[in-house]
Amino acid sequence: MDKKRVKELEIFAARIRLETFKELACLGFGHVGGAMSIGDVLAVLYGEVMNVDPADKNWEERDYFVLSKGHAGPALYATLALKGFFPMEMLKTLNQNGTKLPSHCSRVHTPGVDLTTGSLGQGISTAVGAALASRILGGKNYAYCIVGDGECDEGQIWEGALLAAHQKLDNLILFVDANGKQLDGNVADICALGDIGEKFRAFQWHTQEVDGHDVEAVADAAADAKAQKGRPSVIILNTVKGKGCELSEKAEFNHHMMFPDAEANQKEITRMEQVIEAMTAEWRAM
Amino acid sequence: MAVRLTDRQESIELRKVYCQTMLKMAEEDKRIVALDCDLVSPIGMTEFQKTYPERTIDCGIMEGNMAGVAAGMSARGCIPFAHTFSCFQSRKCLDQLFLSAGFAELNVKLIGSDPGIMALYNGASHMGLEDMGILKNIPNLTLVEPCDAVQLEAVLKEVKGTYGLHYIRLNRKNARTIYDSSTEFKVGKGMVLREGKDVTLIGSGIMVEQVLEAAKLLEAEGIQAAVVDMFTWKPLDEDLVVACAKNTGAIVTAENHRIETGLGSAAANVLSETLPVPLGRIGVGNVYGEVGVLPYLLERFEMTPADIVKKAKETIARKG
Repeated sequence: MDKKRVKELEIFAARIRLETFKELACLGFGHVGGAMSIGDVLAVLYGEVMNVDPADKNWEERDYFVLSKGHAGPALYATLALKGFFPMEMLKTLNQNGTKLPSHCSRVHTPGVDLTTGSLGQGISTAVGAALASRILGGKNYAYCIVGDGECDEGQIWEGALLAAHQKLDNLILFVDANGKQLDGNVADICALGDIGEKFRAFQWHTQEVDGHDVEAVADAAADAKAQKGRPSVIILNTVKGKGCELSEKAEFNHHMMFPDAEANQKEITRMEQVIEAMTAEWRAM
Repeated sequence: MAVRLTDRQESIELRKVYCQTMLKMAEEDKRIVALDCDLVSPIGMTEFQKTYPERTIDCGIMEGNMAGVAAGMSARGCIPFAHTFSCFQSRKCLDQLFLSAGFAELNVKLIGSDPGIMALYNGASHMGLEDMGILKNIPNLTLVEPCDAVQLEAVLKEVKGTYGLHYIRLNRKNARTIYDSSTEFKVGKGMVLREGKDVTLIGSGIMVEQVLEAAKLLEAEGIQAAVVDMFTWKPLDEDLVVACAKNTGAIVTAENHRIETGLGSAAANVLSETLPVPLGRIGVGNVYGEVGVLPYLLERFEMTPADIVKKAKETIARKG
């Protein structure tokens, strides 16, 4: 990929993180860890890979996206707002009374959200359904889905994985946000998953593992996945929970955090803005 | 006015009606798909599967996943009809149906077969005696239970043409034909099968035949029983329940379901808030099912016409 394009995606990811943090800081609390860890994959999906049209959210030929780890909704909302699905101002309404941006993703409430999630494990099934329906109706749509590694505790993940492979769903691309943590602590300490990639290989999926914060690697893996025929693809993203936001990245338990200190929040926002400015300067110099 | 009932003495296997209606609908509409969890043959859909292999998704034994897959298919524009036994459709799938399909406001059609005691030899583990009670907690779910071939075909067509989440409680085995083939139905509107002034017997599904028989027995004793087929449990035809209370002053519900969360309870809710009249409830109490043939199970759970007659007399006696 062209270096300038890579930088653009990195800037998009940084902006997603900044806007996500602003949403949570405005509210004073939220699921920051798992939202920050998917900033890069969201930038790649919405910036490079997926066919979507913010002006026509129901465009029949669009690709479908399911954020199965629905508690990371604020990161998706930041992405959708930056893409123009709804005004940036709306991000300030996260979890406010009567909001269109609820804590967990809801297709009924939020423009650009395709499926409803929030009960872990369910998103893979709806993504499988969207991919199957696309095939049956003769569409060219891909279905993309992000699950968490902790979420892979759910049996439904493996039911969906089994069916997707049996149905040879090569228009289904799954990402596992392997940040190594879940609510109560480390995934390895709670109910160790072992080698997630090996599990998907055993389920006959085309399996890749990449640095989930390397947008070029993620984009390349997605292109490779799209080229697969006759089997679904999974891309294991090795990520850091809370990535790119110092307040969360440094915290041991960052699944859900309080942000009561307005001064510290503003300091972090300024820092994140400076990171984006520096990246933008690099991009201009390219 | 009571609807005209058929005088045909016939019994039709409802799974055949399901398959034939699905074939017709699928021919006319490419969005129709059938999903199942390793029960394609028991629900009589083998012909559909052979005709439309690419539109039949046998998920294997994974009911919760099927519910989610159906939701996702709807989001992309298909109209999925997803079948499994009523016990699994409810007890195993509530969370997926609630969130992925219900809260998501998707267009998913659920078929739950072997309702209540119709699980027969499969016994307690397979008796969906609480399926309607569990699923009615999903706010935008419509619950229907057709009783015969005529009604099933009409309901399937209406449900197919109505956007939303529907659960059809389906006896896949033989059912006596009750309705004349010209009968028109509307989901949400109960059917008055017989007029009467002393008591109203309200049933659905396999209990329609039982309440009709009970009404005949009561007539022989000089008691005029009205009969209603309340084939839609949710949204309940509350106006009809209240009208029955007004006209007859006593109501007896008869359901192939656990009374505590079923039709009798729904009727009690309506009556207590509007027009309290004596109410008697026939159905399964706070116990588990068991294996057996239908006549045995009807007797075991006190659901026979004789039980309904007894309940009707007791209820009438409580009138003020």
